[in-house]
Amino acid sequence: MSATTHDHVHDHHDHKPGFVARWLFSTNHKDIGTLYLIFAVIAGVTGGILSMIMRAQLQHPHGTIVTSGQEWNTIVTAHGLIMIFFTVMPAMIGGFGNWFIPLMIGAPDMAFPRLNNISFWLLPPAFILVMTGLLLGESGTGWTLYPPLSNSMYEPGIGMDCTLFALHLAGASSLLGSINFITTIFNMRAPGMTLHKMPLFIWSELVTAFLLVLAVPVLAGAITMLICDRNFGTAFFDPAGGGDPVLFQHLFWFFGHPEVYIMILPGFGIISHVISTFSRKPVFGYLGMAYAMVAIGVVGFVVWAHHMFVSGIDVDTRAYFMAATLVIAVPTGIKIFSWIATMWGGAIELTVPMLWAIGFIFLFTIGGVTGVVLANAGIDQIVHNTYYVIAHFHYVLSLGAVFSIFAGFYYWIGKMSGHQYPEFWGKVHFWMTFVGVNLTFFPMHFLGLAGMPRRYPDYPEAFAGWNAVSSFGAYLSGLSVLVFLYVCYRTFTSTEKLAPNYWGEGATTLEWTVSSPPPFHTFEELPRIR
Amino acid sequence: MTARGRGNAWWGLAVVAVIVAMVGASFAAVPLYRIFCAVTGYAGTPNTTEAAAPGATGQTITVRFNAETNGNLPWRFSPVQAKVTLPLGEEQIAFYQARNLAAEPVTGIAVYNVTPEKVGKYFHKTACFCFNQQTLAPGQQMQFPLSFWVDPAIASDPNTSDVHVITLSYTFSRTLEDLAKSGLLAKAGPHVGAMAPRPE
Repeated sequence: MSATTHDHVHDHHDHKPGFVARWLFSTNHKDIGTLYLIFAVIAGVTGGILSMIMRAQLQHPHGTIVTSGQEWNTIVTAHGLIMIFFTVMPAMIGGFGNWFIPLMIGAPDMAFPRLNNISFWLLPPAFILVMTGLLLGESGTGWTLYPPLSNSMYEPGIGMDCTLFALHLAGASSLLGSINFITTIFNMRAPGMTLHKMPLFIWSELVTAFLLVLAVPVLAGAITMLICDRNFGTAFFDPAGGGDPVLFQHLFWFFGHPEVYIMILPGFGIISHVISTFSRKPVFGYLGMAYAMVAIGVVGFVVWAHHMFVSGIDVDTRAYFMAATLVIAVPTGIKIFSWIATMWGGAIELTVPMLWAIGFIFLFTIGGVTGVVLANAGIDQIVHNTYYVIAHFHYVLSLGAVFSIFAGFYYWIGKMSGHQYPEFWGKVHFWMTFVGVNLTFFPMHFLGLAGMPRRYPDYPEAFAGWNAVSSFGAYLSGLSVLVFLYVCYRTFTSTEKLAPNYWGEGATTLEWTVSSPPPFHTFEELPRIR
Repeated sequence: MTARGRGNAWWGLAVVAVIVAMVGASFAAVPLYRIFCAVTGYAGTPNTTEAAAPGATGQTITVRFNAETNGNLPWRFSPVQAKVTLPLGEEQIAFYQARNLAAEPVTGIAVYNVTPEKVGKYFHKTACFCFNQQTLAPGQQMQFPLSFWVDPAIASDPNTSDVHVITLSYTFSRTLEDLAKSGLLAKAGPHVGAMAPRPE
């Protein structure tokens, strides 16, 4: 793709509003993106501290840091919800999405800038509500919120309701964001930017926005029913009143399964750009890559009951959901092989973002392989709710999604801030994280296969060895977060000036045609794509 | 409004419509699932179409009869015959009997189900006492007839060809609420009316 643009640095147009108007009432997609990214870092550190507590508790058998099962369950719940709704989604969708969708499609801003502001400002109250549930110790259901555990009988406190309302707010935030993303991508593209010329990151955000629009309302419905069951005497999920707790599982996973693709698809987009840039080649099989994401999104909606293989659904239903789940490996495989084919024969430059991207491919593939194992209904009966499942989804999400976030961070931080990150410390950050997370999560495969169940604050002595390894890995990953914060400090205090396209010829998308950092208003004159 | 502004408004409203529809669909999940089961016989929901039996074929199948009574209903309810062996495709009549043990008239309502669940779509009921509410005077005993036939296709479907015994089960109760509380309504076929208030 080639683009002609005019010089967009109109200094006399670049008046920034004052602090309060700029950050609290912000309608500028770049500022809102920045707010989302800062929010994601704060939430990520919070969720990370919770995982440190959990690993410290599990470092030795009979740990005493967590004092009760309820306290443990509450920490598990908050860790999951914070990482999903307040770290990965705000970073991938709100942060990078807001920053780069308008820049990459040549639009002056998002379609509904004020809606964008509300989308962001719904998140801090939602986060406070989740933290309330955590600090009251009253929301020990896991992020899946299954009744009867989430019923008023077992979780009578208001903390549980706070957590449910937090999900309502976070869901509303995502929905408003998706309205904005879909409208912007369909209606605000620069002249000549056809759908089949859109950068893959835009495709990934578009598919993600569609998944959000179709999935999150179902979560909203389910938690509304749950709130009514808890507080207003309805019986949607109460068999004593004619309801069925399995209905909640169906509704939750109809949302929950697409949700895992919501978390990873934008990462797919970022990785495509990073791999292509540092291989100095256009991405291999552009259309295949775009439609593989569409296929993952579509098939992702008809596989939800593979989370429910032990809920009593009959054998034919299990056979269907197993087969449909295995099918997802096909478009995912297309993506993995296309990234490798992009690197094949390329002039590969092992910069920090490229390291994260290659690390992503490696770890995501491991997580994908254990996913295919878990998709088998017969095997799942055995490893259901064990640490094998924990290992699987942390490989695809904690490692897959987070590695792609860091790839995006190092790839774009120069563009967003105008400051170059320190290459050496970026590499230290990468290697510490890479070693740390593998030490943390790989032993969990062994623990799970040996039968260690999830969601317990203790375990028999037989599991002590690998749990200790896992905890030390977690501490190393925890230290790597401090290195990341140091990288941020060094980046923002750096005085090095960056050119508009500091990655050179491999970086071909529109954001590289504007200055680094971009002016407050970009593309007031629309670029024309040939 | 500019053309781009109109486009934005159109797309924005379209996405809002999808969101509203999905919220509605999540609340409609249960009724939609019931309709799906009634139409396809999924989850053991017997077929109650009025289609006539196609006539006997060579093979036979055994139908066993089961009866349950909810604790709130003062009836003694049982099948007249424990089981019947009938040719596939032939219509058969069977009877249940009930006696009202209370000193007052009592109305009951029944729901039904067949097991194994996978044969639901081949089990046709053409007439059944369970299609209506039943009222028994104090001490009254009554026989309830039902007629049904089993689709010969059951023998050629590889999924169901191993089935030689079908169990037809009825549960009588005073109200649908009582049935719902025991979780039976979720797996039952179409019943009389909506969730009605407790009959006097």
